[in-house]
Amino acid sequence: MSSLNAKNKDAFHALASERSGSKGPKARRRNCARPMAPGTAVGGCAFDGAKVALQPITDVAHLIHGPLACEGNSWDNRGAASSGPTLWRTSFTTDLTEIDIVMGHSERRLFKAIREIKDGYAPAAIFVYSTCVTAMIGDDIDVVCKRATDEFALPVVPVNAPGFVGSKNLGNKLAGEALLKHVIGTVEPDEPGLCDINILGEFNLSGEFWQVKPLLHRLGIRVRACIPGDARYLQVASAHRSRAAMTVCSTAFVTLARKMQERWDIPFFEGSFYGISGTSEALRRIADLLVKKGADPSLLHRTEILVAEEEEKVWKRLEAYRPRLEGKRVLLNTGGVKSWSVVHALMEIGMEIVGTSVKKSTLEDRERVKQTLKEENLLFESMSPRELFSLLLERKADIMLSGGRTQYIALKAKLPWLDINQERHHAYAGYEGIVQLARQIDLAIHNPVWPQVREPAPWEPALVVEKRAKREA
Amino acid sequence: MARVVSQTKSAAVNPLKSSQPLGAAFAFLGVDGAIPLLHGSQGCTSFALALLARHFNEAIPLQTTAMNEAAIIVGGADRLEEAILSLKARTRPRLIGICTTASVEARDEDVVGDVENIKRRRAIELVGTEVVVANTPDFDGAIEEGWSKAVTAVIEATARPDKQYRNPRKIAILPGWNLTVADIEHLRETAVSFGLDPVILPDVSGALDGSIPEEWMPITNGGTKLQEIRDLGATMQCIAIGEHMRRPAEALQRLTGVPYVLFRSLTGLENVDRFIRVLAAMSRKQTPLNVRRNRMQLQDAMLDGHSHMAGKKIAIASEPDQLFQLSNFFAAMGAEIAAAVTTTGTSKALEMVPAKTVKVGDLSDLESLAAMADLIVTHSHGREAARRLGVPLMRVGFPMFDRFGSQHKLTVLYRGTRDVIFDFANIIQANHPPNPGPLDSTDRRESQ
Repeated sequence: MSSLNAKNKDAFHALASERSGSKGPKARRRNCARPMAPGTAVGGCAFDGAKVALQPITDVAHLIHGPLACEGNSWDNRGAASSGPTLWRTSFTTDLTEIDIVMGHSERRLFKAIREIKDGYAPAAIFVYSTCVTAMIGDDIDVVCKRATDEFALPVVPVNAPGFVGSKNLGNKLAGEALLKHVIGTVEPDEPGLCDINILGEFNLSGEFWQVKPLLHRLGIRVRACIPGDARYLQVASAHRSRAAMTVCSTAFVTLARKMQERWDIPFFEGSFYGISGTSEALRRIADLLVKKGADPSLLHRTEILVAEEEEKVWKRLEAYRPRLEGKRVLLNTGGVKSWSVVHALMEIGMEIVGTSVKKSTLEDRERVKQTLKEENLLFESMSPRELFSLLLERKADIMLSGGRTQYIALKAKLPWLDINQERHHAYAGYEGIVQLARQIDLAIHNPVWPQVREPAPWEPALVVEKRAKREA
Repeated sequence: MARVVSQTKSAAVNPLKSSQPLGAAFAFLGVDGAIPLLHGSQGCTSFALALLARHFNEAIPLQTTAMNEAAIIVGGADRLEEAILSLKARTRPRLIGICTTASVEARDEDVVGDVENIKRRRAIELVGTEVVVANTPDFDGAIEEGWSKAVTAVIEATARPDKQYRNPRKIAILPGWNLTVADIEHLRETAVSFGLDPVILPDVSGALDGSIPEEWMPITNGGTKLQEIRDLGATMQCIAIGEHMRRPAEALQRLTGVPYVLFRSLTGLENVDRFIRVLAAMSRKQTPLNVRRNRMQLQDAMLDGHSHMAGKKIAIASEPDQLFQLSNFFAAMGAEIAAAVTTTGTSKALEMVPAKTVKVGDLSDLESLAAMADLIVTHSHGREAARRLGVPLMRVGFPMFDRFGSQHKLTVLYRGTRDVIFDFANIIQANHPPNPGPLDSTDRRESQ
């Protein structure tokens, strides 16, 4: 466990040591590895984070080594899209029983499970995830994976992120470590190009990266690896030959990006494909990095032309929504990249932000949202449902944007709500995405159900109705 | 009698099971003013919470002791205490239902002992809150057993021993996890229409029925009141529904002397007839008109529907009692159980499933057995298998995250059975139209 500890520290070290800021490295590390208090904790564990960060790699079999709950209660709950293989959507777990644990059969069972999966599903690779119980009883998945790799001539990758080591956030980073240690750099690509890039921390939820990829293609930029969204194992394994990288969800993979820069000299920046200027900025910076690394300088000019064209088109399309959304008040309860990028995108179309959570956000994320909002008291850490409920009413929000876990806080307050996390059904990235986002917010806010559900019951005495009206006013 | 075939694979592929602590938490949600507390790592709770919320389309009160590395090494008692006190102070629950998970059980922690210590040391702070433990490791059992253990734990911790006055009108009903909110409401109304006064434990028709409270509720809002559970000894008779409810029914009998009668299923004409006879005998009343009317409607539905269902091959996967309930219903409508898959092999109900074998397994087992079936019956996770095989899917049980209103579907008594027939027959009809096809189909027939 001590080696795991060291690795955890290492995963955060980069964050803590890099870049000067007003806070010391210690405070910043605490930022990332927030302690989990019994009885008040919310959110997933490290295993959750690791699985989430790797599972969208589509042609890999993801095998969860542990008792049933870790996988049985959580599979098939995220909407990352694949353009080809669907193996990642098949769920594999060793589903350990009491006998396996008591008799110490679990490693053998894992090995047999790997063989069964190899024979039955012909995966490009198998990722093996440890969990609390298997880590606790001392199963050495590294050794089992090594042996399986040798015996089956198939990459079998250990992912050491049992739930108890920390938060989901830490799990994301440990997933990056696993890729760095066992996957990236293990395959040499056939034809590396001068305009190859990596996109890190993009999950292709609802296929949203496909709204950005064509823009890059038009500029002659090839996405060698988008990790993890719609990725293939071989793309990830050869990602070290890209010329530049962008991290979309920095929380997940900024450490990976940094280490790839150190090891293979791949410069990167943190950006976002949410919002108009966010998307334009991202395209410009990708072009800029590529040119600095030797791509044809005309790329810069072509990027400007594309940006100008696309921006003009998208502003025209947004005109229909502007008068309907201008001045509407939004409460955002999300984390990571979205805490600032979506804020920015919404302000661009004239909406007012009455609060945004900065849970799971990196320090850079926080700085960005502060700069955008210019008001620090609009930022909040993760809140209890009751506090969030009151905040919605106090600040008179017209809509809450969040993930499925907190949706009922808004809905039970009879307020519009829109899903912008992993279970959402619409793609919000790129120029196309902001139009979709505006449309969905418009539909949510102006839905005719709101006045209906707020209508008092026929039997409610006038006094109660009046009291409520006063409270809501 | 079905032969139970155990699992031979080393990996579960597309699990059918949801975990035992989730089942226990689910049951605790049927007690008024409760909050379930999963004793384990944060993820255990987070996954269960997300799955329950997706199924019910409701906010679910659920908390965690958030075991960390240190707790995994030195034990979780301190975190348990901290969690209980923090929950008590913040949300003032009337019941904290602790569900252990694989991590604490694999450490062989004495959670029951720990809780006794905490209750003793913190007696004053915990006034007004019951703390109950269900031992529910993830590496054993599934929803059904978790549910049963939680109900047993609540009864054992709170029901008062016997020698109470027995109210001849009062009965206890212990429904299995597979009864929906609508089922429970219907059971209550039926018992009340016989002039009986039922106490239903757990009663998920409170917090999980889609009601909208004025204030934000961090604990369950509705369900069985603790006082009612304490007074279960004052009931004349206990009715347990599902083999897995035998355990809590026996606990109640042991503690209070209240006798129980067990119904493995309340779906299907014969089962309901038996139940109605019991209600009539207990209440010494004539069967009310609405119940009689419901029975006629069911008979009519059986007459209308049976021909579409006769001979149809059904592949079904569910927890043992629900498997028993539904497979018997399908068989009683003339269909054939072509494949039966379940989560755990220990339930006595499995032997009575009308199939040659019952396989303990996962959805990939179901998929390999269901290629020639006319209908797949399982929860929402079966959607991929059904799509791959091109066989229609009838969604039942838990989780059902891609359909609305699962909680308001009626599946028991005459009316529920009627509704299930309609569901079943409509899916079959939609995929095997009963009417002759278009006229040009003669050409096809000739060419074949």
